Amino acid sequence: MTNSRFSRRSAMALGAAMLVTSGSGLVLPARAAELAPTPSMRGGSNNYRPGAAIVDRIGGGGFWMTGTVRRAGDGTPLPGQRIQIWAHTTEGHERDPQSHGATLTDANGEFRLEMPQIVPAFGQPHGHLAYDSGEFETVFLRPIMASSKDKTLAAHFILQPA
Amino acid sequence: MIRNLLIWAALIVAVTVPLIAAANSPLLAWRDPAYIMAGFAGVLSMGLLLLQPLLAGRDLPGLSPVASRRWHRRVGISLIVAIVVHVSGLWITSPPDVVDALLFVSPTPFSAWGVVAMWTAFPAACLGIFRQRITLRYRLWRLGHTGLATVTIVGCVVHAMLIEGTMEVMTKTALCILVLLASVRTLARLRVWDIRRRS
Repeated sequence: MTNSRFSRRSAMALGAAMLVTSGSGLVLPARAAELAPTPSMRGGSNNYRPGAAIVDRIGGGGFWMTGTVRRAGDGTPLPGQRIQIWAHTTEGHERDPQSHGATLTDANGEFRLEMPQIVPAFGQPHGHLAYDSGEFETVFLRPIMASSKDKTLAAHFILQPA
Repeated sequence: MIRNLLIWAALIVAVTVPLIAAANSPLLAWRDPAYIMAGFAGVLSMGLLLLQPLLAGRDLPGLSPVASRRWHRRVGISLIVAIVVHVSGLWITSPPDVVDALLFVSPTPFSAWGVVAMWTAFPAACLGIFRQRITLRYRLWRLGHTGLATVTIVGCVVHAMLIEGTMEVMTKTALCILVLLASVRTLARLRVWDIRRRS
């Protein structure tokens, strides 16, 4: 390895450069800027009823909507964020009030809300989720179930400060 | 005679079995009447789409050419009514989803196929209804009508195949294949692409 390009001189130069710039803010950790905010999905806001109440469970339950909420950029989990959820289920159509509910993320930025079984509607078994609380940009998601027999569905939010 | 009976029996089976299978869907328990009606109008449309090329090709035994044409017209008008009922029922069920579909911004890929099929079905029907009043050479008129109808047929088949939850999968696939076969047969036998004047 006598031909190594990484000579003592270059190591010294690199180290010095790192020292000089580290305090300047010119060097950003690689993780940071890369986490882009989640865009709203097509049709995500269909049959949205703003202001769904925070509930322990929507209707009789039996199906779990899960997910995470993080901040764009650094990916910090966001606790206490209100996520609104609705779907066509065994207990009602999307626009029926009883099909809507909301929950809060826990300390790890995770949420989990029990709701009735989602059934295929308008050709696809899908759910709707909204972040629409103002602190961050509003996002509407419309995840599709891989199989209509699934008992759970996940959706993840990366939010951009408003 | 037996053969004629068998053809008619097979046709009735092909149209009614998908309707019966759809009527046995457990999903119906969780759907409102308007939504159910919209779904069945769609299933019925697929059945009517099977009749149309058979009537146009005068393939159905026992029907004179005049009767075939008359029934082709009646079934065509029924098809337009079924499409209108289909879209209206969906509109009542979920207006924003229908608006998305009509504006081609729906998240569901099958919506665009259905909307295109609808927008070609209407002028195809108009060409049929106003054929006498349109001063178009017969073969040109026929190419226009069958061209539009072909888009409707392909659009409807793709639309139906991509949808989950309205039709039972086996009967849906069988009906779609029959619709395509009947259409190709009639288009090929009439040589609709040949627009030369008859010599």
